[in-house]
Amino acid sequence: MRCLTDSGKITTDIDSLRSEIRDKSVRVIDVRREDDYKQDHIPTAVNLPLATLLSDDSPENVLKLMNTMGIDSETSVVVYDDTFGALASRVAWTFEYLGHSDVTLLETTYSNWKSLELESDSKIPEIQHKEHTLNLQPNILATADYLQSAKERNDVILIDNRERLNFLEQHIPGAISLPYRTLATKDKILRPKDDMKRLLENRGITENSEIITYCGSVGTLSGLAYYALKSAGLPNTKLYVRSFKEWKNLQKPTEKQEDASYWDLSAE
Amino acid sequence: MTVSNLKQSRPDTAKPKINWSRVEEADNFAKTVKLYRQGKYDEASFRRFRLQHGAYGTRMTGDYAMVRIKIPAGEIYPNQLEKISQLSEQFSIGSAHFSTRENIQLHWVVLEDVSEIFRGLTEVGLTSREACGNTIRNVMCSPLSGACPDEEFDSTPYALAIARFFLRNPMVQNLPRKFKFNFTCCEKHGMVRMVDVGLIPQIREVDGTTQRGFKIFLGGGLGNKSFVGYQLEEFTPEEDLVYTSMAVLRIFDRLGDRKNMARNRMRYLVNDMGWEKFQNLVLKERAIVRATQSVITQLEVVHTPNEIKRPIRITDESGTSITDGYARWLKTNTVKQKQANYHSIFITLEAGDITASQLNALADLIRDFSSEGKARFGFVQNVALRYVHEDDLPRLYSNLLESGLAKSGALTMTAPIGCSGTTSCNLALTNSHRLAKEIQRKLLELKFDEDDDLSDSSIKISGCPNSCGQHGIATIGFFGGGGRVGKDMYANYQMSLGGRSDGDTMLGLTCLRVPAKRVIPVILKIIELFKQNKKSDDTLQSWIHRVVNNNEDSEIKSINDIKKVLEPLTIPPTKEEDPDFYLDYGDDTSYHTKTGKGECAA
Repeated sequence: MRCLTDSGKITTDIDSLRSEIRDKSVRVIDVRREDDYKQDHIPTAVNLPLATLLSDDSPENVLKLMNTMGIDSETSVVVYDDTFGALASRVAWTFEYLGHSDVTLLETTYSNWKSLELESDSKIPEIQHKEHTLNLQPNILATADYLQSAKERNDVILIDNRERLNFLEQHIPGAISLPYRTLATKDKILRPKDDMKRLLENRGITENSEIITYCGSVGTLSGLAYYALKSAGLPNTKLYVRSFKEWKNLQKPTEKQEDASYWDLSAE
Repeated sequence: MTVSNLKQSRPDTAKPKINWSRVEEADNFAKTVKLYRQGKYDEASFRRFRLQHGAYGTRMTGDYAMVRIKIPAGEIYPNQLEKISQLSEQFSIGSAHFSTRENIQLHWVVLEDVSEIFRGLTEVGLTSREACGNTIRNVMCSPLSGACPDEEFDSTPYALAIARFFLRNPMVQNLPRKFKFNFTCCEKHGMVRMVDVGLIPQIREVDGTTQRGFKIFLGGGLGNKSFVGYQLEEFTPEEDLVYTSMAVLRIFDRLGDRKNMARNRMRYLVNDMGWEKFQNLVLKERAIVRATQSVITQLEVVHTPNEIKRPIRITDESGTSITDGYARWLKTNTVKQKQANYHSIFITLEAGDITASQLNALADLIRDFSSEGKARFGFVQNVALRYVHEDDLPRLYSNLLESGLAKSGALTMTAPIGCSGTTSCNLALTNSHRLAKEIQRKLLELKFDEDDDLSDSSIKISGCPNSCGQHGIATIGFFGGGGRVGKDMYANYQMSLGGRSDGDTMLGLTCLRVPAKRVIPVILKIIELFKQNKKSDDTLQSWIHRVVNNNEDSEIKSINDIKKVLEPLTIPPTKEEDPDFYLDYGDDTSYHTKTGKGECAA
């Protein structure tokens, strides 16, 4: 059983995906590197390495990619990766931004899928070209300009999803730190809903706020956070997709935790 | 093979026997933080509450905490290490820190996330309750208890029983100050005279029957002012352990100084009152405690022996070649147990820091190599795997290498202690933490771990005059402060020599101040002096012991002679000559002292 994102479903569980694959009612997208995909992947999956998408993520180009993967507005799409769901999230978010609402994340990673000894193969499916219509959803995107003005508002919460030490060293002023590892459990890319809700509530992150997530450079970790927040029933969430890299390039102000040598506590 | 496949093939993992946690404390903490943030809880009461639950303040900020997880008697199980690994990635910095008191600490935790860590800990039976604050801190036990060839019996079950008896016990929720118990195996592996209550297991024979008991030391402790503890009586029988402990705590609770924060550890009470008076009071109080218990109060000492079962080999790696460095590691990191064919192996971590993935690796290594299925935290920011069969040692070594846990010199002077210093502590004046790492790297590079003359010595560093780094009992000890040339400041350490914590316990004697960037050359110079003047069977420790006690007859006759030789090394250059001198380790801006409010006494 799988619902659409609109109705609150963010992830697709393993059993549902397997039956959808049998029913041929889903387009599965593997966002790992091409070499990994060629070796083996979830049956019927097509390959869209994240790098391919990022090399040109203009709406026109992504639309072309979707068409070649046989995705039209009605196609049910499930995305997976082997990077705790972060890369898959970035792809799913991009589809959503273009107006494709029926996209979910596989609840687990490919490594975990394999360790459960579930089926995989190396066949590359033949795809029938489709035509997707463009219906941009600017309400889920935050640009630097938007962020700059929005973060002055009291009802906006800015969340940094990088690791804690990176946050302490430098972040966008006013941001709060929620490292991407916080979002997952041992074998699922996202915590159970109630768990996530409690954690966010402790932090004062509630549905009364507009939330903007960002991470280091391309919106992967913060893409996962975008879905984590939605899964906890916080729909008013935007992704600052160009993230901290752009913010710094634009020479906008940053903030730092002063007077402590926290890096020396790391055993890395 | 994938990770989860390996895990499935390890079915009978040892599981913790005692659940120290309570999930309602997580809920309560989350609620209280909310009230505090809403201004409905005053600062001082909140701080007290937070510390009682094991969350310490963080340097220069009220937004982060350090969560100190207690590992009673130092016993830790694989699933607990895995949980801590996960929590460190989710809520901390992706590394955890082993303390000198068998705690494991998660730093830079958002205050609002502390309750989530508590919740996670309940899944594996751990707690941070009473790890800070004015109560009984983690009850320590020697990492070799149960395996030490020189012990009379294993004190671990007693350490666990004391921890259990006092955790959340109303009588210790608001002591004048923190209070510490250390159990050990024997004199040599002690630390019993440097703590409020130190205990060495003893057996005596009365009318042909043997009786278990302890040598109990009271009123010792390290701090701004340190004292060596006194032995209460010849022998304290095991049934008196709980009464004696209660008596001591009742006296401290009643008579301890609740006003003067700097002087309210029990050792000051003992010192002010005089030992004989204090001793009398304890013995009298014990008689009262024993006589007035309305129900029989006794410790729940669980004597079920550990199951010792050599783990089944999962993969056959016959013909594992002996790797370079194995002999060095074997010599400096392992101890033969009293049990035939078994070894305890020690893992040294730079200043006690370990990554999340190393914690997971450690959990797997315990399952694969320890016949008792658990590990023991040590006294020097380290951890021991015990009951490793000698045939498995080469294979264990190559596994440790893969995880970056095979650093040699664990049981030698090349494994210094460094408290957290300016990496997270409000009181710190210097980056003692990084300095310890730098020293370890340098000494290992020089292969000093292989030098038998240096193995029983120690280097310990605190970032301020308080003694979290235990500098007072080090052969070469340092505590941090600031030095000044005109307007320019630099990190500077007070060095003491000759401290020790064994049967000849004494505090190190002050030698001279050494700038941070001169500490390593000074250590090397001391070793050089020792080599020039040692007698054939001397170790650095025995030589320094003679020097500081004015019993040495070589050209170096006193600590003053050492000072004279070292002084030229400590003269500050000008800022133009050597700008690096004015930067503390790990900092690229000019050194300045900056501290916040300490919470040890809060």
